Amino acid sequence: MSFKIASSPHQHNQRSTAQIMFMVALACLPGIAVQAVLFGYGVLVQLALAIVTAWCSEALVLKLRGKAVLVRLKDHSALLTAVLLAIAIPPYAPWWIIVIGTAFAIIMVKQLYGGLGNNLFNPAMAGYVLLLVSFPLQMTQWLPPLSLQSIELAPWDAVCAVFSQYSCSGFSLTQLQTSIDGVTMATPLDTLRTDLSRGLTLDESRQNPVFYGFAGAGWLWLNLAYLAGGLLLIQQKIISWRIPVAVLSSLFVLSAIAALATPDTIAGPLFHLFSGGTMLAAFFIATDPVSASTTNTGRLCYGALIGLLVFLIRNFGGYPDAYAFAILLANMAVPLIDYYTRPRTYGHRTRSELK
Amino acid sequence: MTLLTALIAIGVLALIFGAVLGFAAVRFKVESDPLVEQIDDILPQTQCGQCGYPGCRPYAEAIANGDDINKCPPGGESTIRKLADLMGVEATPLNEAQTESVKRVAYIREDECIGCTKCIQACPVDAIVGASKLMHTVLIDECTGCDLCVEPCPVDCIDMVPLATTPERWKWDLAAIPVKMVE
Amino acid sequence: MPGVFQQIQSGKVWDFHGGIHPPARKSQTNQKPIAVLPLPDRLYIPLRQHIGVAGQLIVRVGDRVLKGQALTNADNSMAVPVHAPTSGTVLSIEPHTSPHPSALPELTLVLAPDGLDEWRQREPLNFANCDKMALLNRIQDSGIAGMGGAGFPTHLKTGVVQPVDYLIINAVECEPYITADDLLMQEAATTIVKGIDILCHLLNPKAVLIGIEDDKPIAKAAMQAACSQREHYYVRAVPTKYPSGGEKQLIQLLTNKEVPNGRRPVDIGIVMQNVGTAFAIAQAVLDDHPLISRIVTVAGDTLTQPQNVLALLGTPVSAVLDACGFAPQRQQRVIMGGPMMGFTLPDLSVPIVKTTNCILAPTAEELPAATEEMDCIRCSACADACPASLLPQQLLWYSKAKDSDKLKQYNLADCIECGACAYVCPSEIPLVQYYRVAKADIREQQRETLKAEQAKARFEARNARLEQEKQQRLERNQQLAAARQQQQQQSGGNTAVAEALARIKAKQAQAETPAADAGEANKAQILAERELKKQQAREYQQQKAQAEAKPGNTDNQQDNVPAAAGDSKAAAVAAALARAKAKKAQQHTAAAPQPAGTTPDSDSSATTETTVTPDADPRKAAIAAAIARAKAKQQLTENATADSSGNSTDSEQPAPATAAAEPVTDTSADPRKAAIAAAIARAKARKQADSENS
Repeated sequence: MSFKIASSPHQHNQRSTAQIMFMVALACLPGIAVQAVLFGYGVLVQLALAIVTAWCSEALVLKLRGKAVLVRLKDHSALLTAVLLAIAIPPYAPWWIIVIGTAFAIIMVKQLYGGLGNNLFNPAMAGYVLLLVSFPLQMTQWLPPLSLQSIELAPWDAVCAVFSQYSCSGFSLTQLQTSIDGVTMATPLDTLRTDLSRGLTLDESRQNPVFYGFAGAGWLWLNLAYLAGGLLLIQQKIISWRIPVAVLSSLFVLSAIAALATPDTIAGPLFHLFSGGTMLAAFFIATDPVSASTTNTGRLCYGALIGLLVFLIRNFGGYPDAYAFAILLANMAVPLIDYYTRPRTYGHRTRSELK
Repeated sequence: MTLLTALIAIGVLALIFGAVLGFAAVRFKVESDPLVEQIDDILPQTQCGQCGYPGCRPYAEAIANGDDINKCPPGGESTIRKLADLMGVEATPLNEAQTESVKRVAYIREDECIGCTKCIQACPVDAIVGASKLMHTVLIDECTGCDLCVEPCPVDCIDMVPLATTPERWKWDLAAIPVKMVE
Repeated sequence: MPGVFQQIQSGKVWDFHGGIHPPARKSQTNQKPIAVLPLPDRLYIPLRQHIGVAGQLIVRVGDRVLKGQALTNADNSMAVPVHAPTSGTVLSIEPHTSPHPSALPELTLVLAPDGLDEWRQREPLNFANCDKMALLNRIQDSGIAGMGGAGFPTHLKTGVVQPVDYLIINAVECEPYITADDLLMQEAATTIVKGIDILCHLLNPKAVLIGIEDDKPIAKAAMQAACSQREHYYVRAVPTKYPSGGEKQLIQLLTNKEVPNGRRPVDIGIVMQNVGTAFAIAQAVLDDHPLISRIVTVAGDTLTQPQNVLALLGTPVSAVLDACGFAPQRQQRVIMGGPMMGFTLPDLSVPIVKTTNCILAPTAEELPAATEEMDCIRCSACADACPASLLPQQLLWYSKAKDSDKLKQYNLADCIECGACAYVCPSEIPLVQYYRVAKADIREQQRETLKAEQAKARFEARNARLEQEKQQRLERNQQLAAARQQQQQQSGGNTAVAEALARIKAKQAQAETPAADAGEANKAQILAERELKKQQAREYQQQKAQAEAKPGNTDNQQDNVPAAAGDSKAAAVAAALARAKAKKAQQHTAAAPQPAGTTPDSDSSATTETTVTPDADPRKAAIAAAIARAKAKQQLTENATADSSGNSTDSEQPAPATAAAEPVTDTSADPRKAAIAAAIARAKARKQADSENS
């Protein structure tokens, strides 16, 4: 018998990094389910592709870096990146889109910066932005909700569409995107942007069937599902409430003020909160611990900055949705935010007196 | 003509900026320690002379005049790194094969000491006490571990012994704790 | 808004940042009475069991000591004595594994109990009639040091001169498992309150706040009952949260004050004492019972009878565990202290000391060993848990980078090493271990800097002194040289000594000339100085040798030199021979066999070697032989030089000389004399070389 030497503390909390990552991925399930039901099963195909790609690229790089592969694969961080990217891209985007995006996210954005914990940018969002900039056409082909589609899509069609861009019965994605009356349909945010640029007012634009409800057909439910998942994460103390609250409230306040000032061109706060990827971004992506701010005050600043950027890009920028850019830009500001929001240490007065 | 105007304009601008910069350089001159002082502060002050200079300050002066920064074995890597930062040069490894060793102090085996005072004369920091024909001993707290007393000793009674670790100075090296096997 | 005191009086308790809620696991031990351990075979009493310095040892090996007798004497304020926990004999005083995380051996007195448990004379004090000095001396002489874990000498904490508003009695045992204070309060609340009375007598506080965690209802009721007669004693229940028992945290909980950075609680009018310390003070003052035992929680699932025990200080951990039914596992961890801040023991002979509140022997299922450390994901769960509001993940980053400036900027020094950060870390990073290493490194750096400054100061002082001495010597030499020159002119001969002196002067002059390079000049000066010293030494030796060789002719040594000047070598040889004869006549057993046809030169070296003969120690002999060889070699070169300068010398001579030297080194008597002789011989050889060269 020998005695074991260990450093204190000898007692540990039982929640591990892998569990945290896995819980976040699980909390995406309501959103994924809603997306699969309302927008077709493309998302599931994308998920499968993304996860396989993520595991393969992670294992490859870890092998090249001479690290233990299995231990690090088991931390589920690659899984989470894959899930977030797969649910962010259009469900019927061609298969190589998600493969390129995920591989880029894992290899370039995460591992080349030193692996988990060392990446400056959120891998999923960096991958998303790469795809958006490189393949704008494929990345904006969001099919309308199934209820608005003129052509029925069988579950098997999802696989065909992702791999060949044609459904099994031979319809192209463009055809699928076309409504019964022959108009190409896009996401509500996209439609609104196009209409406004055509000189239509907000009210005129909202006659379009994609604006069913106050946030757009299907999108409201999708966002509500992510909100539910997010609230679960906060309740489980896996994410801090500060970032989502700051994101949502800053977006709400800004769009409320702007909508009151110019009601014809800027949609109201509820539209902004429940359309596009707002909830997904606020609860699942902005809260990525690695690339987010780490101090309590800093998290509020970081969230508010994201809200501001989302508002600005959606309403005045060149892209219909903006959370990916907003989060990447806020990631860049994190070191600065962290530096200036250091909490006061016990027994020290203020930062200025420290000097 | 245009060319001339341009040349004159640029010339005048150059003059103005030069004047401004010159004024700023004089007016806002940053008072700093002379370089030698700064280097001397970084050196470990063992005064061992292993760098080839008699003491740390002469070496500091030599560095300021362009000598290599990697001649100080007692300072080790950290000193070289600091010197490299200060001098704006690459940190080079120690020029000898000397690895950074544990801290040592001189120890005189007192029953063998003949009282020749040679080590006392060699010690740069007066850390050896004793008188002619009487036993000498090392003040451990003052010894810098420079090695200089070992060579002059005619009877080789000086050893460099590693400084004993005390609980206060212990570096939390848990892996080094010997574990007793039972049964 | 009411003042702080009103709020305290109304029962308000504040909160501190962070903290964690580990499973308390106190039910293993908190319902059982305190057991008394059987007397162990040996008691290992470390001479230092507190923060500070050990006292002066006042007993010797073999002494019989009585129970409560002081073993050391507190000769300064940072020392507190240790006492014999029972009567017995001092077996030895030697280094023994210390109850410290490092387990480095520390001086420990081993006591063999005689089983009589015979007390020394005891003198209880009536504290109401005592002056403060007498009470403080009693506290110090009873060896009392903080029993909460830090072990700070209590007399220093209670002997403060600053006014004290609040005396806080720390009865918050926030670490899991530990119930020692809980049981103490349950069983001895009245004695504790008497101890608090004594503390009040010393400190005169406005109020006494007794902080007890709200999961100890029995202890709280007992204390409340014991305090019922004292109106400015307030028993306060604080929420169960780790580390509410930390000094700074408890102050924040009970008074909403923070101890400013780098200050002590007394600077804000607060003194905190552990409840166990209060008990020890009461015993020391009222019963003259020094600190020789304490209550220790023995817990963990490998024990069949986890319980609190009253253990004599010095009881080895093995004896404590065995009394509680210890059944170790394969890779057993035995922890001294609690699971959050305790340290593992490398062997079980480590004794219980004044600061030991718990011995924990958990199973691997109970407290799973840490798994492999993963990467930090910057989740900042650690920052949320940190009671000092630090940013542990930043500290980790800078600790790994060994960036001590940044660590200071991020206030590493304010880390109390409570382990809350490492407890919550999902990546199981041993954060506290990183901080401890970083802190130790920073301390070491500070020590080095201080030492470098001292060394520099000493070096400069020495240089100044040498410079001064050199000036004085120069003056004296000049005078002497002038006198000598006069003499030599009178005698008309030029001597080797004069030549050497001239050479030195030349060198000196060279050194004196301002060189372009300051360093070069300095070096040259030092060299010149050394040369001068050596020369003087040689001169002295030679003169002495001559004086010995020609007793009765000591009056005019200068005359000897000219006499020998014709053949300086012959003179040296003669001197050496004479001296050797004079000194070693009685021991000179075997003269070195001299090869035929030797010149005076080889003769001299052989004779020189014979002076090495008296030698008992083979090591010495080896040294001497080595020196002899070196000299022989030197001579070889000298001879070569001599040849070239037209001196008739056989260059093969050194070899037989060395051969002659070696066989005689074994017959010997006095090592020191031999060494001296060797040194002198070497000096002479050098001198000879010099004179030949000249």
